[in-house]
Amino acid sequence: MAKFSKKNKKDAPAITTASLPDIVFMLLFFFMVVTKMRDSELKVKIQVPTATELQKLEKKSLVSHIFIGSPTAKYARIFGTAPRIQLNDQFADPADIPQFINNEKDKVPNPKLHRAMTAAMRVDEGVKMGIVTDVKTELRKIDFRKVSYLAADRGELPE
Amino acid sequence: MARRKVPEINAGSMADIAFLLLVFFLVTTTIQTDSGLSVLLPPYVEEPPPPEKKNIRNVFAVQINAMDQILVRDKPMKLENIREFAKEFILNPTKRADLSESPKKAVISLLNDNGTSYGTYVGVYNELKAAYNELWEDAAQAKYSRAYPDLTKEERKDVRSNIPLVISEAEPTSFDDAPQ
Repeated sequence: MAKFSKKNKKDAPAITTASLPDIVFMLLFFFMVVTKMRDSELKVKIQVPTATELQKLEKKSLVSHIFIGSPTAKYARIFGTAPRIQLNDQFADPADIPQFINNEKDKVPNPKLHRAMTAAMRVDEGVKMGIVTDVKTELRKIDFRKVSYLAADRGELPE
Repeated sequence: MARRKVPEINAGSMADIAFLLLVFFLVTTTIQTDSGLSVLLPPYVEEPPPPEKKNIRNVFAVQINAMDQILVRDKPMKLENIREFAKEFILNPTKRADLSESPKKAVISLLNDNGTSYGTYVGVYNELKAAYNELWEDAAQAKYSRAYPDLTKEERKDVRSNIPLVISEAEPTSFDDAPQ
């Protein structure tokens, strides 16, 4: 009908782009939340063993990682190929464990949660137990006894 | 001069594209969670306590040497066979005189060498844990007709109290002093 005929047939009304920033921010926040910052560069080669009886580690903030493995090619020239411990982003000795654990505890403000903290041992399957035992002994000495041997899921392999 | 008007680019579909991206990443991103074998280490004592006189039939001694060879109750054994033997040892369904008196009295003793490889150690630990997990699962099915992970905390505690998991680890031997 004539009453409803459009005034201007040539130009379609411009679609507002005012919500685009919202969308971009949404994406941004999403990735900010989801992206796991790998704060420590791995300086040791680690291929974790496989296992079946795995338990997921809940509460990322309560988990402290201890890496043990042979230094990667980049560092092997300086440190050799013997398995080394890596805490945060540097090589360490078993004697550095108490300091490391204390620092980790300081990151958890609620002292009640200290009991629930876990040391996640990410150890190469070829490493000898000697160095692992040293770490375990240090952890026991400071009464930090919750440990998880990180492993990959073996899955349902056919027998 | 008459300038031609530049046509505005329609940005209305940008939102769709952004949502498409968002959904794509939502679906593909797996928040990686670490998983592993949870272990509670024993408290540290300056001197190892004198070996407890346990009835030898109640002890399931597993030894791993520096060559990653496994000795279970003084007999060489393959990794795959530990689970079944451990289950038989714990439950002792045929009341054999050389296996544990009851699940409550069964103790697993794990001894490794400093030269044992970590992969083997974790493999053995995994098998021992698997044996207990399977026994708990059977007990849960028998008593509550539900899977063990679906039980309430109390029920799980009840199941575990009948078949307690005791893995005692001795100080490792070090027959292998060769540099690692």
